[in-house]
Amino acid sequence: MIHINITDLWLSNYVPILIYSTASQNNSNSGWETKAVEFFQDQLKERDTHTLVPSLNDVPLHYLKPNSLVKFRCLIQDMFDPEFYMGVYETVDPSTKTKMLRCGKYKDVTECGVDFNSRNTVTAERQTFYCVPIPGENPWVKEISSSCLTEARVVPSTSYAPSRQKRSYEEDDDMDTQPQKQREPHAGPHSPSEHHGNGDCKRQETEAPSSQTASASHLDLNFPLPGEKGPSCLVKVYEDWDRFKLNDTLEVYGILSVNLQFILSMETAEEQRVHSPPASLVPRLHMLHAKPLPHNNPLLPSAALEDNSAFLSSTLSEMASVREEILSYFTHVLLGDALAAEYLILHLISNVYSRRDVLPLGKFTLNLSGCPTVASYTERFYQIIQQLVPSSHYLAMSLQNMNQMRLVPKKDYVANRLVSGALQLARNTSLFLDETQLEQGQLDTTGVRNVTALGNLISWQKVDYDFNYHQMEFPCNINVLIASEGRSLLPSDCQIHLQPQVAPSHLEESLSSIHMHPQASSQLNKFRIYLSMARLLDYSISDEVTKSVEDDFVDMRKDDPQSISAEDLHRMLVVARLLSLSLGQTSLSRDSWLRAKHIEMLRRSRMEQHKCVNGNEP
Amino acid sequence: MSSPTSTPGGRKRGRNTNPPTPSSEDPTSPPSQRRRGQDSSTGDLMPMPTSPATDMLSPAAPQDTSLFSSPRPSVQPNEVDMSSPLMYGTPMRGTPARQRPDLGSVRKAPQVDLHSEPPSTDGAVASEPNAGQRLVIWGTDVNVGTCKEKFQRFLQRFTDPNSTEDENAGLDLNEPLYMQKLEEISVVGDPVLNVNCRHVQSFDAELYRQLICYPQEVIPTFDMAVNELFFERFPDSILEYQIQVRPYNALKTRNMRSLNPEDIDQLITISGMVIRTSQLIPEMQEGFFQCQVCAYSTRVEVDRGRIAEPAVCRNCNNTHSLALVHNRSVFSDKQMIKVQESPEDMPAGQTPHTTVVYAHNDLVDKVQPGDRVNITGIYRAVPMRVNPRQNNVKSVYKTHIDAIHFRKTDEKRLHGLDEEAEQKLFTEDRVQTLKELAAKPDVYERLSSALAPSIYEHEDIKKGILLQLFGGTRKDFSQTGRGNFRAEVNILLCGDPGTSKSQLLQYVYNLVPRGQYTSGKGSSAVGLTAYVMKDPETRQLVLQTGALVLSDNGICCIDEFDKMSDNTRSVLHEVMEQQTLSIAKAGIICQLNARTAVLAAANPVESQWNPKKTTIENIQLPHTLLSRFDLIFLMLDPQDEAYDRRLAHHLVSLYYQSEEQMEEEFLDMAVLKDYIAYARTYISPRLSEEASQALIEAYVDMRKIGSGRGMVSAYPRQLESLIRLAEAHAKVRFSEKVESIDVEEAKRLHREALKQSATDPRTGFVDISILTTGMSATARKRKEEVAQALKKLIQAKGKTPAMKYQQLLDDLRGQSETAITKELFDEALRALADEDYLTVTGKTVRLLA
Repeated sequence: MIHINITDLWLSNYVPILIYSTASQNNSNSGWETKAVEFFQDQLKERDTHTLVPSLNDVPLHYLKPNSLVKFRCLIQDMFDPEFYMGVYETVDPSTKTKMLRCGKYKDVTECGVDFNSRNTVTAERQTFYCVPIPGENPWVKEISSSCLTEARVVPSTSYAPSRQKRSYEEDDDMDTQPQKQREPHAGPHSPSEHHGNGDCKRQETEAPSSQTASASHLDLNFPLPGEKGPSCLVKVYEDWDRFKLNDTLEVYGILSVNLQFILSMETAEEQRVHSPPASLVPRLHMLHAKPLPHNNPLLPSAALEDNSAFLSSTLSEMASVREEILSYFTHVLLGDALAAEYLILHLISNVYSRRDVLPLGKFTLNLSGCPTVASYTERFYQIIQQLVPSSHYLAMSLQNMNQMRLVPKKDYVANRLVSGALQLARNTSLFLDETQLEQGQLDTTGVRNVTALGNLISWQKVDYDFNYHQMEFPCNINVLIASEGRSLLPSDCQIHLQPQVAPSHLEESLSSIHMHPQASSQLNKFRIYLSMARLLDYSISDEVTKSVEDDFVDMRKDDPQSISAEDLHRMLVVARLLSLSLGQTSLSRDSWLRAKHIEMLRRSRMEQHKCVNGNEP
Repeated sequence: MSSPTSTPGGRKRGRNTNPPTPSSEDPTSPPSQRRRGQDSSTGDLMPMPTSPATDMLSPAAPQDTSLFSSPRPSVQPNEVDMSSPLMYGTPMRGTPARQRPDLGSVRKAPQVDLHSEPPSTDGAVASEPNAGQRLVIWGTDVNVGTCKEKFQRFLQRFTDPNSTEDENAGLDLNEPLYMQKLEEISVVGDPVLNVNCRHVQSFDAELYRQLICYPQEVIPTFDMAVNELFFERFPDSILEYQIQVRPYNALKTRNMRSLNPEDIDQLITISGMVIRTSQLIPEMQEGFFQCQVCAYSTRVEVDRGRIAEPAVCRNCNNTHSLALVHNRSVFSDKQMIKVQESPEDMPAGQTPHTTVVYAHNDLVDKVQPGDRVNITGIYRAVPMRVNPRQNNVKSVYKTHIDAIHFRKTDEKRLHGLDEEAEQKLFTEDRVQTLKELAAKPDVYERLSSALAPSIYEHEDIKKGILLQLFGGTRKDFSQTGRGNFRAEVNILLCGDPGTSKSQLLQYVYNLVPRGQYTSGKGSSAVGLTAYVMKDPETRQLVLQTGALVLSDNGICCIDEFDKMSDNTRSVLHEVMEQQTLSIAKAGIICQLNARTAVLAAANPVESQWNPKKTTIENIQLPHTLLSRFDLIFLMLDPQDEAYDRRLAHHLVSLYYQSEEQMEEEFLDMAVLKDYIAYARTYISPRLSEEASQALIEAYVDMRKIGSGRGMVSAYPRQLESLIRLAEAHAKVRFSEKVESIDVEEAKRLHREALKQSATDPRTGFVDISILTTGMSATARKRKEEVAQALKKLIQAKGKTPAMKYQQLLDDLRGQSETAITKELFDEALRALADEDYLTVTGKTVRLLA
């Protein structure tokens, strides 16, 4: 117990001190600083140390100590210009005239009495990223990841109630406890002796994830999606900033800096507001280490799958059975349509795994047509998806939304920032387009542009950001699911018409039962792990199967050249890939190929049928 | 402006009159400067901290240094005035000097005698025995005298016989270039001399190094040198101000992203796009003080953003009696300009960087937002203060560039003079690789297969697009009245949906630097050409250019060409042959260059290609437009087993091969890009004698094919296409000469495209008139026959003045052995109406005469 406490202390407080002191004292031998950082990075990789670091996502800012180590799970929303700072500088004590070398790294402000003419001054360069919490991250992800954290921290002190209960209690009488707590973080520079386990734990526990953003509302924090909450952060990057790209998701470990006053600069007020917002709202984080996140599912180990063979093998063996469960669940949700459920699974685990010049491979946009418009079916359907995928967004394609929403990020040259739009999403976010909301009417210029942007997103998996004088293309990896009545006006990789097995008269009833169907949380977690896992698996096709696929294609063409085109083969290969992965198989087997062919055939025949009924499809 | 009277008289520039300058060991010299002196002795570039070393010698005084760039450590002004060799404020035959705020407070730098240290610049300096030559400007290794002499020598001797710059148009290239420019100055009276740094470098590398490293000191020296020379040469000329030297094209830095702390205080050139300009900021240069007691006035120069207000009046000795008189003080103009990295320079997945640039005096308002510029200037960094009342500073510097020279890079696109601005710099290695590649016999095949490797087969189409990427040679016949000759190859792809036409277009759009991608449905005529817009900020009318103008010198990819409205399509007529775009709208009448190649894709009208119909009938495009395409390809599903197998293999491998494997097989996209860029800039092939002969033969042959059947199968437009294709093919080989193999390939490709698109489905013959008149010769013959049959029918009916339309059609159908469509019948009627034989009104047909 005590051991954990010490580690905890050490991590959040000692690391910055260690780094500062090694850097400044041993400037001549600058290897020291890198060693300290390296040592620290190793510490993070090993064991579960990283769970001990408080996270900006969960802990309100005013409970965190300045200059302590924190982590932040975020998306790079904007990249500012690089800045030059004093890497090493010398200070002169006005009374004693003694000179001292100091390190400017990982800090925003210098000490007093800087000797500007010192020959020891070293100017260095760093880059600033504007980071926001991962857009569309679903509540369950936040809940689980914050509970993981608090569990670790709550363990040492038995005198406190478990965090969840405590939190709800907190929320009830916020008024009483708040003032008392707030005194502490403002107590100025702490000496290490001040931080005893109890004080720290208390601060941890009293976190209230939702209570913090009320004050932030007047400042536009530039979140991609409307109604998002959470802290945004200016992350200062000291090394290798070229390896980061816009819209990357990262877990940043760094030193928190909040003690900043206003800064005089000659830019316009808007620019000032954006580039140096009050540190109490947008804290600065000096990056020590950043971990790219391949996914943001807290139920999965964050390390690469290969390193975690035990986890991998245990889930792989279960996959087929989980698939059965999830299939029956989806069948139920989709009103008894098993084929649509099958396609829904494939869609949810799809992923752009590679690009061939302009062609993204592996995308699988699903158009679910024939959605009932009664009893807000699509919304309920989305709520279910929301429960299963780590991040998602519901976009009602109403005329008003299309004509008014900002989908494509746009550069604001006055404030010199990239104003975010709803299509600036992290990889593997599920974007749910509800076309049933679309009514007749006229799209204006913005509307046409928005629809074009959606079309581009679906066909090429890219978004052209608007830089006013030119456009810039940013590749993305977003799973788009379109729910519509007839065929969608947007392109899609695959269209399936829903065939409810429920009589229209019972539709209402069975719809309401979907929502009522409570899923045990262990069951839900199983589904969540399954969907994220399937996406991360590797996949290959053996030469043998390649041959038989080729033969199949040639045979099919021989019978009826019109029946299958190159595009169909493209789709079938994707379906086969996703089908294998959904079964936990990492290479294509003959069976899976046949099965893929089979469900494709079923789907196509259903489309023909539908065509005959409708008679207006091209 | 510093008037002649304000400077102490009798002090001429020149080293010999200088009082002894403090040696570098002088205790008052600040450490950073001492540092520079020592550094220069080791020949290193100066290390970083020099610039941010602002004056913290008087830390108590709160001031906003951020507005002013890299000030020198404070030295007593009068002491400096006496010692500075750079006081070029001295009247030069009555011509006043103008201050250069772009260089900062340069005249404060005194000279330093280097004789106590081993001089590093011995090579240049020691050869001249003059002791004064050992004096260098404090903190640098610049000796004013030597530097001046060198520069004068440069001006007098430098010639650039191979100059291609448009600025030098009209100058005799074999005479000293800059002397001619000085002459120009004496005539025009614009006292600015732009100096290409590359010229300086080729003339004297050492001088160039000094210019780059110590621009603040060297440029005033240049100013002095040029003025001395100028007034010696043209003693009678009257200039408003003394000449200022504006260097440009410093090779230090090209890209904004590569700016780093080492560039601070150096002369750099970066390229970028102006995104915002501020209002004009008046900046005080000189304060005018007047004594309230005795009305004695004095002037005080601004020193690093501060005016040392005189405490005591020198005339009446009253203290604190002087007041600043604003409207007699001297101000200079200043403007903040934000420049953003040009999109081409950026790595994928990152956002563009921006830099602040300050323009001074006449450079203010030289550029507008949206302009592409090359900026030469001095890179500065100044620390920011957290709070003016506090001493601790934010550990971040603010950086900006003091502009010395702007050069718009897109200006030329309007004039269409040359492509120098777009010249990409290729390293020697790269050129070598490219040339090696070009020397390979199968380079053409290699490149075409590297094009869009994810798209299967369609070899000829890829080859066609490849030739389009290279383009023909631009020829100018404006002397003979014909105007420019189109060099761009236009291509139309048509075919079944789902044959990856769009993908091909996307690929091309991503490959070429100046590509535009539009969709026929989504673009209006306005979006393609240009429109006039009121700028919301300035309320000025601005001409916004559309896709076709933006892709000048590039490729405009137009998808869903068939879905474009006729109105929109009509603007393409001019662009596709004349390569210009005329606008007459909102009082703006102009002609813009649109030398763009068009790559269009069209779907057949009936969603599936109907092999029984001609191209025109299938895509329903006006033949006037079709004939402007050099190559028209059909992208059809070939439907044969071997093809299917290869296609399947290709697709499957696409889905399982790793990225590396694929890359091994094909050329890198970057190499392809460079290859094309290199060929486009450096290679302009000309027809050889035998190639011309081959072309003539080919053309005659093409005409002959048709003439046998009474058809014309080639028009001069086809000959022009052939020439363009042959030239492009020569470019692919990096050959300066079009040879017969180029013509062979052009012929083959042209024939292939023709075979696909201009085959008359009724006869199976190639018939160019399908494209030129929209109707094949057989169809025309058939029309004629039907008309004759109809006439006979009517004549057989005897003298009936009017007939029912439907009745006539039925009769004709009953009589004819071939099927007669309604269209055919209508056409026949029209033909007879043209002969004034009959007239059709509504549903009745009336005979005339």
